[in-house]
Amino acid sequence: MLNTLTLKKALDKIAKKELTAKQIIDDVKAEIEKRNGELNAYLTLNDNDTEIGNLENTTLKGLPIAVKDNICTRDLRTTASSTVLDDFKPQYDATISTKLKNAGGYIIGKTNLDAWAHGSSTETSQYGRTLNPRNLEHLPGGSSGGSAAAVAADLCIAALGTETAGSIRQPSAWCGVVGLKPTYGRCSRYGVIAMASSTDSPGPIAKTVEDAAIMLNTIAGHDPYDGTTTTKETPDFTSYLNQDIKGMKIGVIYTELEGLEDVSKILLDQVKVFEKLGATVETVKAMDPHHSIGVYTIVQRGEVSSNLGRFDGIRYGNDRSHFGHEAKNRIMLGTYTLSKGYADQYYNTAQKVRTLYIEDYKRLFEKYDVLISLTSPGFAKKIGASEGSAMFGELEDMLVEPSSIAGLPGISVPCYHDKETNLYLGMNIMAPMYREDLVIKVGDAYEKNSNWNSWRNK
Amino acid sequence: MSTKITNTQVQHIAKLANIPVSDEEAAKLAQGFEKTLETIADLKSIDTAGVTPTSQVTGLENVWREDIADEKRTFTQKEALANAKVTYNGYFVVPRLIKK
Repeated sequence: MLNTLTLKKALDKIAKKELTAKQIIDDVKAEIEKRNGELNAYLTLNDNDTEIGNLENTTLKGLPIAVKDNICTRDLRTTASSTVLDDFKPQYDATISTKLKNAGGYIIGKTNLDAWAHGSSTETSQYGRTLNPRNLEHLPGGSSGGSAAAVAADLCIAALGTETAGSIRQPSAWCGVVGLKPTYGRCSRYGVIAMASSTDSPGPIAKTVEDAAIMLNTIAGHDPYDGTTTTKETPDFTSYLNQDIKGMKIGVIYTELEGLEDVSKILLDQVKVFEKLGATVETVKAMDPHHSIGVYTIVQRGEVSSNLGRFDGIRYGNDRSHFGHEAKNRIMLGTYTLSKGYADQYYNTAQKVRTLYIEDYKRLFEKYDVLISLTSPGFAKKIGASEGSAMFGELEDMLVEPSSIAGLPGISVPCYHDKETNLYLGMNIMAPMYREDLVIKVGDAYEKNSNWNSWRNK
Repeated sequence: MSTKITNTQVQHIAKLANIPVSDEEAAKLAQGFEKTLETIADLKSIDTAGVTPTSQVTGLENVWREDIADEKRTFTQKEALANAKVTYNGYFVVPRLIKK
């Protein structure tokens, strides 16, 4: 059962020579063998065992890490969950894959996602949906649903995902794990199969906030191959753990929204933890998140129509007849909203409303250190819920979309567990650009002063 | 106020996007587009007069690199062709664009 260790505990045990990475990998593999057939968290497993071993002196010490299948891994099949790339074996590593390997991470396998990361359920994957390990009648969320499920079911020690608007945080909330969406530009997009280039942000999905901080340390930083990465110094993100949050100002948003009454009550109850720790907590009104659905939909579809133009079946992959319904839907809607006569009505308006969200956050961050909302408007939906709905993801991701289009960092931390369904709610903590330190500090303080994390007491 | 999308429009967009779409699928896509455009119609109600659009959030401008070949990310011909379905004499084979 070494697969149930957190990253931090596993690292400590290897450092003390109580365990080897190989032993942990063996247990993880055994668990994958047992459960992946049902869960469908992994699409491809790494059978290259020569990479294992002699990594005790590295940061991740050879521990098994799951990688979302839209992140290029050299010589290891990478499909983005679309049959367009059914047999694609990248000739190079994404920068974050290189960084992960250099830090001593062993890529144990590639995880399922909504095809091209288009969705919030993993139901649009052309290789079948992933199930939520907490309750098999429910979806894991998405698009990084395979990574979140792999973490929740202990089929890895930690994982990498990517988020454009909710794709790390929402599945993390639904699967009862921790998901950290870094600031746009904190982690390189080079070699990540592009979805919406102006918001794509790779980041960690992990068992605890501490594990997420360790993982972020390994993948963050400027990359000469991605001109949008920041040249700001990368701090040691683990240095913000176990900090006093006394005196911090916390604003709670979106609790007044219609239809969220029950879950908002839970959130408002949970933020009292911060008051006990000496922070001030206030509910505050932010710009209505409903408008972000339109902004995100237009911006994302537009960027998708351009980014997926490269899949022509000439240099790699199969031809465009292999696109699934959702990809066609998004590429074509983007083509439409960017076309002559419509661009001003849709695209330019969306980019202006995006500015209004950024300004609204600036206003709020003048008064508050961090902002908190629910990650998702509710618990994990039942399987089949996304089918036939052209806007499923956008509606499920409404509470994280405004911060995504503004480029802000955010973390989702489990903040409630429903005993009857075994499902979780996530708390979304957001901070200004490049202030991951604040979301880690506040997330860690909350996690350690609440009882929702299913690994902390093990 | 809803936007009507016809099957002819969908087929035109499909042609621009180079995606083969059957008539049955076109009808389904048209329906999805209409629903989506209806959901996002609220954007028009927001006053955006005088607002500068945001296309990127980093504030970075003019990011340059040295104009030299980077050996570390240069493929050999064999590597470059490794994933191509059809090659000929070390070249990619592309569909004919000019009519005979």
